[in-house]
Amino acid sequence: MKEAWALFRRDVVLAWREGGTIGTALGFYLVVVAITPLGLGPDLNLLSRIAPGVLWVALLLASLLSADRIFHNDYEDGALDVLATGLLPLELVAGVKSLAHWVTTGIPLALLAPLLGLLLNLPIESFPLLVLAMLAGTPAVSFVAGIGASLTLGLRRSGVLLALLVLPLYVPVLIFGVETVSAASVGPASPWPPFLILCALSLASLVLAPIAAAAALRTALR
Amino acid sequence: MPIKTSLAANGIACQRGGRLLFADLSFTLEPGQGLLVTGPNGAGKTSLLRLIAGLLPLAAGSFESGDASLPLPELCHYVGHANGIKSALTLQQNVAFWVDFLGGGDADLDDALEMFALAELKDLPAGLLSAGQKRKLALLRLFAAPRPIWLLDEPSVSLDAASVKVLDKAIAQHLAQGGIAVVASHTLLKVKFAQALALKREAVQ
Repeated sequence: MKEAWALFRRDVVLAWREGGTIGTALGFYLVVVAITPLGLGPDLNLLSRIAPGVLWVALLLASLLSADRIFHNDYEDGALDVLATGLLPLELVAGVKSLAHWVTTGIPLALLAPLLGLLLNLPIESFPLLVLAMLAGTPAVSFVAGIGASLTLGLRRSGVLLALLVLPLYVPVLIFGVETVSAASVGPASPWPPFLILCALSLASLVLAPIAAAAALRTALR
Repeated sequence: MPIKTSLAANGIACQRGGRLLFADLSFTLEPGQGLLVTGPNGAGKTSLLRLIAGLLPLAAGSFESGDASLPLPELCHYVGHANGIKSALTLQQNVAFWVDFLGGGDADLDDALEMFALAELKDLPAGLLSAGQKRKLALLRLFAAPRPIWLLDEPSVSLDAASVKVLDKAIAQHLAQGGIAVVASHTLLKVKFAQALALKREAVQ
């Protein structure tokens, strides 16, 4: 437990110190959402109808920007060797590092979303559920990104390949995330069933993704 | 040094990229014995150390440690070519992480910092260190948690003469306390190694 906490703390501190990780993701999110209305024109009804989808797609892309950092830096500087000979099983190492990615990327992006919702004329009363849905869905995003990051370790230009591998896996999160926010903003269905499925997706990836990521890490070390 | 253990390799073989580096290699190290691994570049010195640390899969054979309660990698400290240092963290933070992560408990590394002349730099980001200082910081990992088997890959690279002496002394002390050290090195260390292993370049058929 102490080992896991030490690793988690280190990764969060590194995300702050190494700079760019959090800032780039937030900046990218902001810019993509901000230019969308410019491309679509000033039709407020259209904007509020597509707002949930735009917010979710941009969030997925923004969180992929920093995804290859989950394992890449540790692989390059040899720290992964230390992590592999530690007392913590590799599955937990992968899980803790994905969790740190969620805390440093998923949570800030989810908290920024309501501000960007304003740009897209999303009804204000749906903001609480927007944040809630994103907080519930982004763990799945980070943990699945962990699989992609470990599979592409040691490859050149791994970022593009990572996106190709991981984006199709985000489809369920995208569908149920958009469904939740749409139901909250325009109705008429209840937002809770898709929200609960979103929670289930996150919980399942929390358990399963670290196992896959650890298997990929073992091959990467060879 | 809480645990003493022996280390035995039984007919191990290593395959990298389809090429057999060595095969049918056996040795037995009792507590307090060191093994010096020599050989030309590409003979498989690093691979041998990584095999012991469990970072590479064995092509054949097996390892046996005297302590069956812990898996072999958790008995080993591996200090390889890559230092495993986080340049954005200070020396102190790097060391504190190793102590916590490797299960060092309340290990006090002030003496070790002093020994390698890193004490006054401990609040500096590790990225500002010179190559030799980074190497010394990586070697501090050996003291972060007591582990009986030290696997050192070219530990003296970019160290100055005084630091090589300190390293020499540290290995000798580790062996005297019943530890095991497997060292791959081109430079001559003064430590008396109980056994030596010369790997050859030509591929085993």
